[in-house]
Formats: sequence, structure tokens, C-alpha cells
Amino acid sequence: MDEQQKLEAFQAKIDAEIKIEPKDWMPEEYRKHLQRQISQHAHSEVVGMQPEGNWVLRAPTLRAKVVLLAKIQDEAGHGQYLYAAGETLGKSRDEFIEELQTEKAKYSSIFNYPTLTWADMGAVGWLVDGAAIVNQVSLQRTSYGPYARAMVRICKEESFHQRQGYEIIAHMAKGTPEQKAMAQDALNRLWWPSLMMFGPHDADSPNLGNGVKWKIKRETNDELRQKFIDKTVHQAEVIGLTIPDPDLKWNEETGHYDYGQIDWDEFWNVVKGNGPCNKQRLEHHKRAHNNGKWVREAALAYAQKQKEKQMVA
Amino acid sequence: MDNIKDNQGDVWEVFVQSKPGLPHKHAGSLHATDKEMALQNARDLYTRRNEGTCIWVVPSNAIVSSLPEDSDSFFDPSDDKIYRHPTHYVMPEGAKHI
Ligand SMILES: [Fe+2]
Ligand SMILES: [Fe+2]
Repeated sequence: MDEQQKLEAFQAKIDAEIKIEPKDWMPEEYRKHLQRQISQHAHSEVVGMQPEGNWVLRAPTLRAKVVLLAKIQDEAGHGQYLYAAGETLGKSRDEFIEELQTEKAKYSSIFNYPTLTWADMGAVGWLVDGAAIVNQVSLQRTSYGPYARAMVRICKEESFHQRQGYEIIAHMAKGTPEQKAMAQDALNRLWWPSLMMFGPHDADSPNLGNGVKWKIKRETNDELRQKFIDKTVHQAEVIGLTIPDPDLKWNEETGHYDYGQIDWDEFWNVVKGNGPCNKQRLEHHKRAHNNGKWVREAALAYAQKQKEKQMVA
Repeated sequence: MDNIKDNQGDVWEVFVQSKPGLPHKHAGSLHATDKEMALQNARDLYTRRNEGTCIWVVPSNAIVSSLPEDSDSFFDPSDDKIYRHPTHYVMPEGAKHI
């Protein structure tokens, strides 16, 4: 088969909803697109542990602390599932990590915002995990088998994340006036960055074309963002908080909420590395990685010794 | 993937049996430098919520796989043997429980 025939057979498989598996032929662009998307997704899970790790030692109760720890551990697991899926495309774990640390690869900008109060733990679980879920539910149907399977596993674990966050913020919203103000403030700060998590508007997304054609992405940025808004507005009402968007209103005709202008200058500024915590996040990642170096070396040395022992025996 | 630069240990495939009596099913993969570490990592990564009663870990490079590009010819011998399926046989009118 020549290249053109292979390409046609590949597209026919995609169109017939047959998953692509690691050993299958795939266009180089498809491979690259997935490597970029999956690694960015994996990095987000891992870096996303930092803003929450900030509150482990200051969690208000023991229950809150074990819950937060369990959630953070899940996120580490999500990173592992995703790196493993990414590795099936022929890049090693070390290469992915190096790309993150040399800023060749990105992670979700939302994690470059600080978590200033305990209410932020509520808002992060409710909004950030909530937005991630909308995206990940859609990605369960992505065309690359290992990525789709990782998503199924992740989605099973995510609903606890969102519920624990919503519980925290609901609890604060019905507390003292100061606590309620704290909850509202967390929503005010994290609402717009959460909407930005879905990426630029469809009209401004150069990668959308191939991603949709190859069914890597099953729904567009704007479709997913709209889904998230539509389900979150009511949840805010239930706990008596106000979404910080004066233009937000129900549109009878479309059956969706209309919403205000997203500040894309802010988005691009954070993507380019100038968010409040970009530097801190990356430095912390490097520090943790370097601090673990001796452990990896010791484990490898131990494995080597065991192998040698076996040879002798 | 074999990569000289990679110091995260080898890749292992993880199979989890969710209940006694059921087959072990592929759950995903992980990195580990030896088999004990592979088993412990598998427990921490794939069974945080009682998903399993037994785990197998297998070095990825020990798995022998058929090749997708050969699958047409590889599976061809079973293509024309419809008599291997119960629906191939004509049962007498009115026969039951067969
Ligand atoms: Fe996650
Ligand atoms: Fe999560």
C-alpha cells in the first residue's frame, strides 16, 4: 500500500469508529497531535497537584485532610495513566518530563493561579475538576485506544473530586458572612480561568481541524465550554453564590446560557508564562524531580544487583 | 518503550482480576525497576478502590503480540468455518432445550 492508500484506510477506520491501537499504522501528524495532547494532559494532572498540595497541612479537619490527600493521589494516578498512554506512541517518560521542564510542553493554565483560601479547595474541585470532567467525558470516545481507556478510568474517579469540592464550597456558602464572602471570592477568581480551560474559541483554534477529522477531539472547545456553563449555573444558584458575569443569561431560543467576553489577553499571557504562579510551579516540579533522583538510581542499582545474583545462582 | 535515556525503570503491563472466578483483565501499564515494585505500584495505581482480588504484572517486552498488518491473513483460517457456530445446524421443528 502506498502512503495515500494507507491514509485513506486510516480515515475509513476512524470514520467507522474503529479505535486506533499502538501498533497500527497512523499518519505522523496524528501521532504528533496525540503526543502533544496526551502529554499536555498528563502534565496538567501532575502540576495540578501543587495548588491543592498547598492546603494539605492546613485542612480544617481530619476528614477534609484525608479527602484532599485521596484526591491528590488520584491526580498523580491520572498523570501515570496518561503518561503510559503517551508512551505507547514511542516517546519515553523522561522525554515527556524533559519537555515539560524545558517549557516545550504546556500544561493547563488554570494551575498557574494561586489557591489563596480554603474556599479555593472547594472552587477547584467544583469548577476545575468540573470543567475537566466535561472535557474528559467527551474524550472517552477519542479515536486512540490507549487514550480512550485512560479516560474511562479517569472519569470513574473524577466524580468524587467534583463532589468533594462542591461540598466544601456549599458548606462555606452557608456559614458565617465571612465564610460566605470567602466562597464568593473563590468563585469570582476561578470562574473565568475555568472557562479558559476549554481553550480559545473554535474560530481561533488552528489545531481543531485535524483533531476533529481524526476524532481525537469529539466536541469543539466552544461546545464543551457551553456544556460546562449550562450545568454549573444552577449549581451556583443552589448554594446561593453569584457567577461573576453580568452578561450571563438564559437564552430561550438556543436553550443555552449566553455569557460575557472571556479575557483572552489574560489567557495568552498566562500561557506564555506570565501567570501568577508559572515560575513557582515549574521550579517546584524540577525540585521534586531532582530530589527523587537518588531514589530512582537506588532502585535501578538494586534491580541490577538482583539480576546479577540470579545469573550467578 | 526501550529507551537508554529513560531512568524510570522498565514498562510493565498490569492485569487485574476484579473478583474470584473472573479472568484477569488488562488495566494499563506502569514503570518499575523490579517485580516487587511493579506489584506494589500496580496496587497503588490500579486498585485504590477495591477494584481487584488479584494482580498480575508482566514486563511489556515479554509480551508477544500478533501484528495488526498481518491480522487479515493471520485470522483467515477461521473465516470460512461457519460450521463451528451452533447456528449453522438445522434443528427439527418443535425441538426444545437444544
Ligand atoms: Fe484528574
Ligand atoms: Fe480530578
